[in-house]
Amino acid sequence: MTTGRPVLTIRGLNVDYGTGPGAVHALRDIDLTLHRGEVLGLAGESGSGKSTLAYAVTRLLSPPGVITGGDVHYHPPQGDAAPVDLLTLTPQELRAFRWQELSIVFQGAMNSLNPVHTVHSQLTDVLKAHRPEMRQAERTGRAEELLNLVGISRDRLGAFPHQLSGGMRQRVMIAMALALEPEIVIMDEPTTALDVVMQRQILRKLVALREELGFSVVFITHDISLLIEFSDRIAIMYGGRIVEEAGAAEIYRDPRHPYSDGLLHSFPALHGPRRELTGIPGSPPHLTAMPTGCAFHPRCGKAFDPCAGHVPVLTAPDDAPERTVACWLHHSAPGDAADPAPVSVSGAGPEADPGAGARESAGDTSAARSG
Amino acid sequence: MTNHDRDPAENGSTAGTNQAGPGVPDAAAVPGGDAAPDSGTAPGGGSAHDSDSDIVLEARGVTKHFPVRRTVGDLVSRRRRTVHAVDDVSLRLRRGSVTALVGESGSGKSTVARLLSQLYPLTEGEIRLGGTPVKAGRGRSFRAYVKQVQLIFQDPFASLNPVHTVRYHLTRSLKIHGKQATEAEACELLERVQLLPPLQYLDKFPHELSGGQRQRVAIARALGADPKVLLADEPVSMLDVSIRLGVLNLLRDLKERLHLAILYITHDIASARYFADTTLVMYAGRIVEGGDSETVTQQPAHPYTQLLIASAPDPDRLADEEAQEETGSGEPPSLISPPGGCRFHPRCPKAMERCRTELPPRFELDDGQWAACWLYEDRPVTTAVPGAPVSGDVTGTGTGPTGSGPTASTTEVAAK
Repeated sequence: MTTGRPVLTIRGLNVDYGTGPGAVHALRDIDLTLHRGEVLGLAGESGSGKSTLAYAVTRLLSPPGVITGGDVHYHPPQGDAAPVDLLTLTPQELRAFRWQELSIVFQGAMNSLNPVHTVHSQLTDVLKAHRPEMRQAERTGRAEELLNLVGISRDRLGAFPHQLSGGMRQRVMIAMALALEPEIVIMDEPTTALDVVMQRQILRKLVALREELGFSVVFITHDISLLIEFSDRIAIMYGGRIVEEAGAAEIYRDPRHPYSDGLLHSFPALHGPRRELTGIPGSPPHLTAMPTGCAFHPRCGKAFDPCAGHVPVLTAPDDAPERTVACWLHHSAPGDAADPAPVSVSGAGPEADPGAGARESAGDTSAARSG
Repeated sequence: MTNHDRDPAENGSTAGTNQAGPGVPDAAAVPGGDAAPDSGTAPGGGSAHDSDSDIVLEARGVTKHFPVRRTVGDLVSRRRRTVHAVDDVSLRLRRGSVTALVGESGSGKSTVARLLSQLYPLTEGEIRLGGTPVKAGRGRSFRAYVKQVQLIFQDPFASLNPVHTVRYHLTRSLKIHGKQATEAEACELLERVQLLPPLQYLDKFPHELSGGQRQRVAIARALGADPKVLLADEPVSMLDVSIRLGVLNLLRDLKERLHLAILYITHDIASARYFADTTLVMYAGRIVEGGDSETVTQQPAHPYTQLLIASAPDPDRLADEEAQEETGSGEPPSLISPPGGCRFHPRCPKAMERCRTELPPRFELDDGQWAACWLYEDRPVTTAVPGAPVSGDVTGTGTGPTGSGPTASTTEVAAK
């Protein structure tokens, strides 16, 4: 939709849990760019590293999590200002940066409010810390304004969290994240605990606010059908790596990575013909015992020679420069693999990938499936 | 779907099935007695192919109210408040068929599962297993009941004991239910849930298994009792998205091979369409719509079902957000003092005056679909439902939130 200048760039980010030979590589070589005013969806199963990425970017990673490489730059909205290297900020700078420029709505945000403080004191607390020059009345005014923004009447300001419903608590958290009008809001599974009706209301509110206030959103969830509806661009993670990144519509119409394809076929559709779905055979890899080569190859119906031995790089496929995918099906294979046609190693169990017949070879450019 | 045409005399036996003493079953039996004569003349649409012998488990007018802790104010005013978790739920589970119960959290769908598995005593209504009313207490009678009706829980990370192996979980289930608890039997159970080769899994501890494998072990344990009914309470919502379908397909496969009756409780109406033959939609403790899964999801009749379907994530959705605004918004009501009349009326975009005061009965639509909504009042009322709202409940809930109608008063007796 709006792809302005980049506001956050992540290059080669690596995160380990633990150090030494026993370290678990939770994130490997993450390259990601968030543009101004964009909703970037981050999809993946549990253990794929999506929350770790959110924590690493906000420098909230607690031991034994260690950032072992890469850099994260924030680009201020003023054109001439130098990019800020988030990984080298001092604690004071970090404190000023957080919430002012980048805020986060945590997973299970329904329980992130302090139960013994009123909504008012929690909303004004952030203003007290970051805007000490504001007077009490101004802060209260701002808090009322924020509640208004997320569609909660101002008389709830004095309420304690337990007096609010789950959806309202969630919206209070979103209001709090927007208190200082940050440039970036990271939402880590913000609506997972909510019902579909409330989920849709909150997301619609968020999209409207995004258009009004012009911030960027990193939206983390496992529900890819939700992402396709609400985000502009989607990055799909598997085993600590980004395996595909493209516009939401492209991912939906023409997923290139077999894992993206499998994820899309893991959600039964509400409309259209009722057909047999299989999900993805096998289960997600354990971070301590990651398969060699492409982490997805043991579950992949299209795995062929180079998959087990070589890690595919996240680059643009040969025919579509504006998107990236990390799969040997779409790149010329390394070394001797001259023939890129997939040789099925049939490690995928009896239920083959439902879209297996749709794209036969690596070079196939057609939008393989629609609807 | 849930209408019945049984002998009304059987209602007399409710006396033995209700914990709340002799006063309540009488109240419960009245609507059933009223309804039954009509049932002879109106056998109910869509029931031609459903012979009664297929019905394994049946709930008739099942109601559950939980008492609320009394405050000083309550003591002074001698008020007894209850959470109306489940009100007048009737459903039938048929052999070799999956029934989905769809609703938001707090709609009472898990309470229904617990009532059906006899983990909670009923406030009102009755549960019939194979046509005979049951009231499992504790001990021997409870065990005989759970041998036939097994419950699968939502969280396989919590429902398996972390200090025991898969072998222990399976042989214990076999032993308790009077089977031979040998290794061969345990292996056969694992084969049934497609954990192959079984010997590889037999001596694993739960933490060594992935979520999907754990849920399969939980299913194998339930199958150890050789049950007729599986009550699956959100069996896949804790699992990774890519393996959910595998578990659902397994359940469907088991249904076909073992002729199980499955109650599939979920908040995801799209998966109900995929997996279930029949879908029931629950809102604030009441079932508001029911019918064939395909019909309910493609032509939802009740405004709540329409809202639910409009809210489900759908990548195919065109950008016509305006049309959606009309489907309503807001939040489910408090169940301590549920709204009078139709419980959905405060959120319903099509609410009429009548919705505020009168509880809608089940109106019969085409193809066995029905909806409890006044929009369809020109349609025939499904009278054959025991404890149908037509007779007793309209006055009870219709007079006011916590009115002094018959329903409220019986609740208070039962809540003791």
